[in-house]
Amino acid sequence: MRDVLVMGMGTSGLVAALRCQEAGLKVTLLAKGVGSTHLAPGTIDVLGYDPELVENPSEALPRFADRNPEHPYARIGADVVARSLEWFSERFDGYRYTGSVDENFLLPTAIGSIKPSTLVPETLAAGDLRKGGRLLFVGLRQLKDFYPALTAQNVANAKTPSGADISARAVQIEPPISGEADVTGLALARKFDDPGFLDAVATQISALVDGDEAVGLPAVLGLRRPREVWEGLQEALGRPVFEIPGLPPSVPGVRLHEILVAQFESAGGRVVVGAEAVGADTEGDRVTAVRVAAAARIKPFVARHFVLATGGFGSGAIEMTSSWKVRENVFDLPVMGVPADGQRFSPRYFDRQPMGRAGIRIDDSLHPLDGSGRRLYANLTVVGACIAGSEAWREKSGEGISLSSGYKAATTVIEEAM
Amino acid sequence: MIEDLIRGSLDHCVKCTICETHCPVSRATPLFPGPKYVGPQAERFRSGDVSPDDSLDYCSGCGICTQVCPQGVKVAEINSRARRTLKESRGIPLRDKIISRPTLSARLATPVAPVANWSLRNKLIRAAVEKTIGVHRRAPMPKFAGRTFQSWARKHDAPRLDRSVVYFHGCSTNFFEPDLGAKTVAVLEHNGFNVIAPRGQGCCGLPLQSNGLFDDATGYVERLVAKLAPYAREGYDIVATSTSCGLMLKREAYEILGMESDDLRVVSERMYDICEFLLDLQERGELETDLSPVPMKVPYHVPCQQRGHEMGKPAVDLFRLIPELQVVDTQRACCGIAGTYGLKKEKYDIAMEVGRHLFEDVTRMEPEVSVCDSETCRWQIEHGTRIRSVHPIELLHRSYEL
Ligand SMILES: Cc1cc2nc3c(=O)[nH]c(=O)nc-3n(C[C@H](O)[C@H](O)[C@H](O)COP(=O)(O)OP(=O)(O)OC[C@H]3O[C@@H](n4cnc5c(N)ncnc54)[C@H](O)[C@@H]3O)c2cc1C
Repeated sequence: MRDVLVMGMGTSGLVAALRCQEAGLKVTLLAKGVGSTHLAPGTIDVLGYDPELVENPSEALPRFADRNPEHPYARIGADVVARSLEWFSERFDGYRYTGSVDENFLLPTAIGSIKPSTLVPETLAAGDLRKGGRLLFVGLRQLKDFYPALTAQNVANAKTPSGADISARAVQIEPPISGEADVTGLALARKFDDPGFLDAVATQISALVDGDEAVGLPAVLGLRRPREVWEGLQEALGRPVFEIPGLPPSVPGVRLHEILVAQFESAGGRVVVGAEAVGADTEGDRVTAVRVAAAARIKPFVARHFVLATGGFGSGAIEMTSSWKVRENVFDLPVMGVPADGQRFSPRYFDRQPMGRAGIRIDDSLHPLDGSGRRLYANLTVVGACIAGSEAWREKSGEGISLSSGYKAATTVIEEAM
Repeated sequence: MIEDLIRGSLDHCVKCTICETHCPVSRATPLFPGPKYVGPQAERFRSGDVSPDDSLDYCSGCGICTQVCPQGVKVAEINSRARRTLKESRGIPLRDKIISRPTLSARLATPVAPVANWSLRNKLIRAAVEKTIGVHRRAPMPKFAGRTFQSWARKHDAPRLDRSVVYFHGCSTNFFEPDLGAKTVAVLEHNGFNVIAPRGQGCCGLPLQSNGLFDDATGYVERLVAKLAPYAREGYDIVATSTSCGLMLKREAYEILGMESDDLRVVSERMYDICEFLLDLQERGELETDLSPVPMKVPYHVPCQQRGHEMGKPAVDLFRLIPELQVVDTQRACCGIAGTYGLKKEKYDIAMEVGRHLFEDVTRMEPEVSVCDSETCRWQIEHGTRIRSVHPIELLHRSYEL
């Protein structure tokens, strides 16, 4: 008998599934497709703006949760956020993450803006701009998604809290790639896995670096063996090297996904990809089965516990019809915080968007609630982007919420199952 | 109507590139720019028989893009349909018309199996075949068994059991791997099923479909489901050991050929991949578990077409029930063959490059056998590793000591 069915394989679902499986439960991870790991930069951003820049998330979180009682962090709790980050860091040994809940890195994005991130792949960390520094941004001519001159110019003008001096310049190299019409970041990452290719790139860059510059490249430094590639390049250049995440497909995100899936499967977890949860069977306050559309038929997946990790509007977990009806697609859970007519959207894209906060309301153990605060299902927990109350892209909190809620849902499930 | 749904799904594409990250072909060759580019992107420029580029023909049709798409875009189906139009407008090569009819050639070859097998392995003949029709001289060819599964089944002394299940064995079990069929029957009988193997099961049309011969494929499906539908209507489940042929009847006949018929619908609702069927039994507590140890360490490869069933990896879950059997899931995307793709002169090297990492993983383990659910993939993996590759049923059969 299956103990747990996790729906969705973004960060939140992967984390919940892996923790439950490793606690000895029998877990099936079901997803209609791959999650947003492949699109997001692979960093765990806990809280970047409140609304001012946050330098220390562990200090800011309790205050933030007090002021935003409907925010997921108010349900999850700052201590759980901290524990989930530690748990996460320990998952990675070859390819490591670095950072702690006590500080935010300030990392350059591909367009040269700076973004606060809490836990980051080690391969990104030397891009930290808090103390300023001299940076050389290196473009790879075949990669049309990264313009080092744009990055360098904007980074050089960036303002950090310390006001430290940043200097930045850009160069292009042309790595040895023959005959390929359209090279994606992922294709380049696979090439970097080949030591010969890495040597050729290192030789070209060493002719261009100057003084004590740190070297930034698009985040394509290897897929299967990124640690060796990154260390190899640092050694060859004799200076810090860092990656800058850019347009999808996100190589650091793919690494994250592949590492967690492999850990889940080697712990004995089952993965079912391509099948969509389309409904549920319930009895009173318990879910008995989720109905899953696979090839040729709809199959009931029976389990003792269910974790809803299907994401938000972006992944189709929550949908709005042309008549403004908002619906959660598997359990038809009530969607909270849907703004009234006339207040749904702000005219400017990057303004606060009330609709973005709509989602499922949860209690402190992440069970879903109805409008009057009554728990709807005792064996269903809700995690990640489908929880109501956050504006992840403004707060820079998306992966932080996903990780910590996935972690906490596993705690709930493990306690209830054991 | 289904065609509109398939094509219409491209409007859900948000250009996230997740399909590109999983495509096994575009990583092996620059000749195929990737599923998003060739699919939802190029589809907007296609009308009638006008296609913006030929790279489409290098799609192997493995279907992984559709499986991983988080927005429900039917990337592989869009591409298969467009490839048909492209191939029809260019004229379908004789070669593709021959290799897509395995039943026909197998019927001719079975009585003269030794000669046929010799010819398929004769270097001079193969070189000539490559020159004249373009089947690569080194492409893996199965061996004709010289006897059929059906002839075995007719003589088989079946026990009388309470429940019955229908076995859709497909051409490959019938002509190339009749032993697999016999073992499947033994495993099912051991689990209390009387096995009905309807005679005259023809080809499911999948090779025709993937070579763009949709009308012929549709005819094959119609004849096959007409044979199977009466059993489905009586309430029998149907199991398939050929995972791609099972998928053809579950899904691809609708979504790629655009077929809609009552016979097809009842058959697909009752169609199960053999490992899916056995795992369902296990979940209901109905699977015999008198499994004895099989002290082996074997690599397992999940074929792309098996992923299309959207059921996870039931073989791996079944293997967990076998004491002392250690199964290493290679987690590689594809072996490269994709049915008939890797047989073609211009695609053989690509197919071998697609499968290279898988072959390396398998070879490094030095196992007695490797395991894979799909026959053409097994032949390709054997070709790439020189190590015998078997269907998951073989291990269960061994463990049951039948
Ligand atoms: C382009 C982009 C950039 C981002 N940048 C950042 C960033 O810089 N920092 C940051 O912290 N966060 C970022 N995020 C946000 C962050 O990635 C998401 O908030 C977070 O990953 C949400 O994770 P999730 O697990 O809740 O859902 P998702 O990752 O969206 O995964 C949802 C999963 O559910 C599956 N699913 C959906 N419906 C069903 C169903 N009915 N049945 C079965 N499966 C289903 C999907 O296929 C998918 O596997 C970014 C996101 C995107 C898209």
